[in-house]
Amino acid sequence: MDLNFTAAEQSFREDVRRFLRAKLPAEISRKVLGGKRLEKDDFVRWQQILHAQGWGAVGWPTAFGGTGWNAVQQHIFDEECADAGAPMQLPFGLKMVAPVIMAFGNPAQQQHFLPRIVDGSDWWCQGYSEPGSGSDLASLKMRAVRDGDHYVVNGQKTWNTLGQYADWIFCLVRTSTEGRQQEGISFLLIDMKTPGITVRPIIMLDGEHEINEVWFEDVRVPAQNLIGEENKGWTYAKFLLGHERTGIAGVGRSKRELKKLKDIAKKETANGRPLIEDQRFRDRVAQVELELMALEITNLRVISTESAADGKKRAPGPEASILKIKGSEIQQMLTELQMQALGHYALPWIDEALDADWTGDALMEAYADHAAPLSGRYFNVRKTTIYGGSNEIQKNIISQMILGL
Amino acid sequence: MDFNYTEEQLALQDTLRRFIAKDYPFEHRRALAESADGFDRQAWKTFADFGILALPFHEDFGGLNGNAVDTMLVMEMLGRGLALEPYVATVVLCGGLIRDAGTTAQKEELLPAIAGGELMLALAHFEPGARYEVDRVATTATASGTGWQLDGAKAVVLGAPSADKLIVSARDGKGLSLFLVDARAPGVTLRAYPTQDGARAADIRLSKVTVGADALIGTAGGALPAIERAIDYANAALCAEAVGIMSALNEVTLEYLKTRKQFGVPIGKFQALQHRMADMVIATEQARSMATLAAVRVDSRDAAERSRSVAAAKAYVTQSARLVGQQAVQLHGGMGVVDELNVAHYFKRLTMIGLTFGDADYHLGKFSDTLLAA
Repeated sequence: MDLNFTAAEQSFREDVRRFLRAKLPAEISRKVLGGKRLEKDDFVRWQQILHAQGWGAVGWPTAFGGTGWNAVQQHIFDEECADAGAPMQLPFGLKMVAPVIMAFGNPAQQQHFLPRIVDGSDWWCQGYSEPGSGSDLASLKMRAVRDGDHYVVNGQKTWNTLGQYADWIFCLVRTSTEGRQQEGISFLLIDMKTPGITVRPIIMLDGEHEINEVWFEDVRVPAQNLIGEENKGWTYAKFLLGHERTGIAGVGRSKRELKKLKDIAKKETANGRPLIEDQRFRDRVAQVELELMALEITNLRVISTESAADGKKRAPGPEASILKIKGSEIQQMLTELQMQALGHYALPWIDEALDADWTGDALMEAYADHAAPLSGRYFNVRKTTIYGGSNEIQKNIISQMILGL
Repeated sequence: MDFNYTEEQLALQDTLRRFIAKDYPFEHRRALAESADGFDRQAWKTFADFGILALPFHEDFGGLNGNAVDTMLVMEMLGRGLALEPYVATVVLCGGLIRDAGTTAQKEELLPAIAGGELMLALAHFEPGARYEVDRVATTATASGTGWQLDGAKAVVLGAPSADKLIVSARDGKGLSLFLVDARAPGVTLRAYPTQDGARAADIRLSKVTVGADALIGTAGGALPAIERAIDYANAALCAEAVGIMSALNEVTLEYLKTRKQFGVPIGKFQALQHRMADMVIATEQARSMATLAAVRVDSRDAAERSRSVAAAKAYVTQSARLVGQQAVQLHGGMGVVDELNVAHYFKRLTMIGLTFGDADYHLGKFSDTLLAA
């Protein structure tokens, strides 16, 4: 029993830090740490920088252009990137569609798509949910009908993240209405430039355009873009949902946000003293820190099993559900306290304050310094207990897969 | 980073698991709780044979050079069995104090006797009205001849009724000191009673109790750091015990959800109940992480780091234990509130652990205050 990282892991951490100090553009990390809006170019540029270092896909095997790092190394990388204020590498290409292409795609698909994900050429988005199919995903209705060498796709996807920038979308489509609903689903890769696709923004409660609905009207998709076999898509979809373990808990990001919460609680004042000296508020901060300490160790316990000495990669297990539930709850607690720390200054909504070049307002110093993005963040991360299989669905998974109920 | 037990640790865990299953079943435990001693003296001898009474002591004094992680795995198993033997009182608290603060002569005399199961001890430290404050001691030690005279009162001294000797904290002119006192010495009055969870404790009055100079453990006036360390050790041990209980309680509750039928189906088919069970499992895994943290950090040389980690763990484990205990009772329905089933007994022990040596609020406050320094 030893909670310390090995000397090799420590020196690996130093390498990552050195790289981040040298290569993470300051104008990008300023935006991330200051809660400013990120542009498409920020994400793409960071992906290209990582790719140049050979670190474009830290979770992939070397055969596909990944680093081949084990789970502990990936965890260290995530933690350091979060701490330094690197933009999150969006998961849709790297962590969602890529593992499916590796496991079930044909060599032509692997050779074409995977390198373009690592080097940042292709921006991927997800086509899973539909207006009538949220938690009950397998009830999805978007039709794909075979017509010669093509599928003709009609229907609607929703809760699509950042599809306005996307080059490609991976979709679950219905290719059969026979038998159980899970048995008529296929996994299709669709070029977003194909005629018949319309992307419409859904403005979320924080006022931001992060999410879209995507309409498909007689969209002709080459049959070669089918992953694996027709009507086996549900198997691939479940593989995708359960695949990602490292990083799902968001420990690195939450550690950064806890640090930020403590900083804010020192800057804000109550009764003429720093807010952190208010015992009621401080105890709330302490309570979240306990949750995060426990999650960090639970996360490391899961990771260390995955990186066990025999080198065999374990199939993702239902413990991913525990990490998702606690990780999302903690993220929400942190943003709630950050907002609460602001007092009255939680109220103003000055949209341009989230722009990188906003120079602030002399009348509202604290707002400009740290308050501007925090209420919006609170509203934004309400999504985390809903997406990726809502936390209630995660509890169903625990009940059924761990407990056999 | 390594979250595995060693081969030796796994072997010890296995031995204890088999002992609990075979020689310490719930019915046996239930009878013990009502017996005069309140625990099993035969089991205590067996513990000596297993080596767990020698675990945290140096080999020079008949010990096994164990660390707090060893103690964690012992406590987890004792928790599963709801063992009533005063392991924390004798081995963790008093053994730990003698190990850390005693003179060589005291270690030579006392530690092998503890290890062999011949000597039982209790720490008479906390006082009425002092709640959980470790440094609030009104009991006095005054120099008397070549020795000392002790006067004062001690509250809820765990394991006192079976203790051969007490370790008594008292304030002299310089600070806190610790004294080894025969439990039957003139002037020592015990008001013994059972505790809610079936163990034994006593309130103690010390009235003109005289002890020799050799009764002083360590140096006069300087005992507070050793007491704080011993209480941290005990809290880390209690965290592990609670995790053992929570695991066992989850197992029996899950079994009940699968077998108890209502409306023609096992009640575990109902989502309202499934989600409670999932919450219990999550809370237990998180508590296990924190108990592990406490076990690893309690051996730290940095006292601030040690105390902060143990406070964090005890606060969190207590909160988790409350959730698991209360929900286990709720999910068992009427069967959760009868004396006949182990569920209520697990619940009572979990509850009392949460109120021993600091409750969740106390430890959260202690942890919270470290944020001021940061």
